[in-house]
Amino acid sequence: MANVKGSSVCRTATDEGKPADWIPGSDKQTVVDPMEMFHKLPREKLFITGSEAARECMRRANIDIAIAYPITPQSESMQQAGYLYDEGYIKEYYRGEEEIGTFSAISGASRAGVRALTATSGPGLMRGMEAISSWPGARTPIIMLNMCRVINTPLAIQPDNIEMSFMLNTGILLLHAENQQDFYDYPLAAIMASEQVDVTLPAVVSTDGFFVTHARGPVEVTPEEFKLPPRDGWRSAVPAMDNENPPARVSRDAPIQKSNFISYHMHASWQQEVFAAVERSAQYFRKYLGGLIEVVNPGAEDLIIASGSAVSQAREAVRQEGEQGRTVGLIKIKTIRPFPTKEILEAVKGAKRILIPEFNQAGWLHKEICSVLYGRCDAVIKDGPRVFGGMTMPTEMVMEALADFRKEVK
Amino acid sequence: MSLETLRPSPAFKDVLPIEYKDLVEHGPYTNRTDPSKQSVKVTDMGKFKEVIEEHPMCAGCAMTLFIRLVYIGMPNPEHTIVVGTAGCGRLAISQASVPFVYGNYGDTNAVASGLKRGLEVRFPNQKKDVVVMAGDGGLIDIGFQGMMHSWFRKEKFTTIMLDNEVYGNTGGQESGMTNQGKVLKMAPRGKFDKKIDALGLAKVAEVDYVARLAPTNPARVARTVRRAIMVAREVGHSYIQAYTSCNIEYSIPTPDVMKDAFAIEKERYGFEEIISPRAQEYLNEIEKKPKKKKTD
Repeated sequence: MANVKGSSVCRTATDEGKPADWIPGSDKQTVVDPMEMFHKLPREKLFITGSEAARECMRRANIDIAIAYPITPQSESMQQAGYLYDEGYIKEYYRGEEEIGTFSAISGASRAGVRALTATSGPGLMRGMEAISSWPGARTPIIMLNMCRVINTPLAIQPDNIEMSFMLNTGILLLHAENQQDFYDYPLAAIMASEQVDVTLPAVVSTDGFFVTHARGPVEVTPEEFKLPPRDGWRSAVPAMDNENPPARVSRDAPIQKSNFISYHMHASWQQEVFAAVERSAQYFRKYLGGLIEVVNPGAEDLIIASGSAVSQAREAVRQEGEQGRTVGLIKIKTIRPFPTKEILEAVKGAKRILIPEFNQAGWLHKEICSVLYGRCDAVIKDGPRVFGGMTMPTEMVMEALADFRKEVK
Repeated sequence: MSLETLRPSPAFKDVLPIEYKDLVEHGPYTNRTDPSKQSVKVTDMGKFKEVIEEHPMCAGCAMTLFIRLVYIGMPNPEHTIVVGTAGCGRLAISQASVPFVYGNYGDTNAVASGLKRGLEVRFPNQKKDVVVMAGDGGLIDIGFQGMMHSWFRKEKFTTIMLDNEVYGNTGGQESGMTNQGKVLKMAPRGKFDKKIDALGLAKVAEVDYVARLAPTNPARVARTVRRAIMVAREVGHSYIQAYTSCNIEYSIPTPDVMKDAFAIEKERYGFEEIISPRAQEYLNEIEKKPKKKKTD
């Protein structure tokens, strides 16, 4: 790259003070098949925070560009991305002006045909929502890490995953990581799924802030000398805006930018295709994550369905119930979009009572489950316990809810 | 590479529309015999195929003329991507045979930042020019933050403001670039504040190449665009602010559009360039006239 001294962008590593014989970290890694990385490579067990798990994930994700903007509790992860840039694992990195700018820029980067990563939390997500909600229609594969936090007034930085409900109907692939391990594994899987030609969509991996991002947990990682294959900018449902391919007609046609019957049909079919692509991504997540859901104690009459941190609390409740001689089942939902309708319908067979604990006020997961189970399942579905605004969900709370439920539904 | 993708397979050539064949054979692409030279001249307009031809702009629109000249001034249209936002301009810009990113409201300079950096990563051996072309409202109002920060970061692309001093596409509301006192929609008693000094802001942000002009001198427009894009390619950011009147909202009779452009140019929109020393040094280098070879 030709650079004039003093320019702050598109600088080479030597411009930024690296010695001439410096080798970027990424150049020392070997590309490995994603299935090999996800299921076959040996793993080393670390005891690290969710933010550090994100760093180890990014190190192996072959990221071309990361654009950062600070917000609690996300900041630590994108700082780590900065260190990875410094070590040469990420090729380009800068701090954006704020979230609209950051999420617009990341869509520009994806349009160039490179692998692009950003991250945010609650209010930042809401600020950038216009940009985010336009990613799927632009068919831009992007990976965004989302460390959930309260979005409503009064301002708080505490965990609360209400923000995920705002992404449900955007056409974004949405995963919910339960713990530090998931926050390492899911983004890698999401990147590979989002870049498939028949998907070509952005992906968001959410996790509950602080509970996961700032707490340590066991994370099994693959050797750092292996990385994912790079994004292939030539393989895409909609060509990159690189002036190497004719651009997609959606950005060219006069009719689609006007209000007439052709534009209505074009918009409708474009949206249908986006949401069909979300469904098509399921096949890849089944492969990469070994299924869209995880089932504990299949066939139990008492069943908890949960995602994110609520799964961990439910897991412990299931264990303690077991100690007291009661079998309680658990469905962990890994992918919120694509929603695992088929898997859930299969897994609820035999259930009499379905309890849905959540870390948000609205109970969006409860509504999602009701909408797919309505008329197709005999169990009674109950929402709760629900905590929000930063509250924790003690295991006892889940067990009390189960006890009440048994009294209500014999 | 890109020119190759434009060039049709010989087997299909006879079924392609004449417009397409003209574009491939007589388009304003890189001069194949001498890449340092423009392949087309503004004075030859009408003799070559422009990358933009049909558009739904209003009759007599000065912005349309300016946009055509921008495309003629591009040093490498086959390796250029234009980024825009809602507004009149994109109705014409989207019709050019140069890829156009039609983003969200006011996101142009942020999108262009990511796009340009991504292209630099992906094509280390092929310069790709990124040009933001958007209206005064799209840049100075809703896109202000993104625009200013891209300037402060010295992002290597060009911002071109199509300054018609009004929100034309939404029906004639005042913008930050409207003159003080002007009565427009949303300014029923006349605009309270002054026209924003975008050139001053560009100076403060140390944009490497800044130019203000009206489309009164077509050759100058093309030359200015070329200089701006070349500076953005190799040095830093560049900004062009062009007076592109709205004859509808300002009630300029169609035959008088150019008369208005000359009058406004004389009154307050004269040609001005602000060039940083390092950009000047670069421009001197590329614009150096080749020394005449001594003949024996």
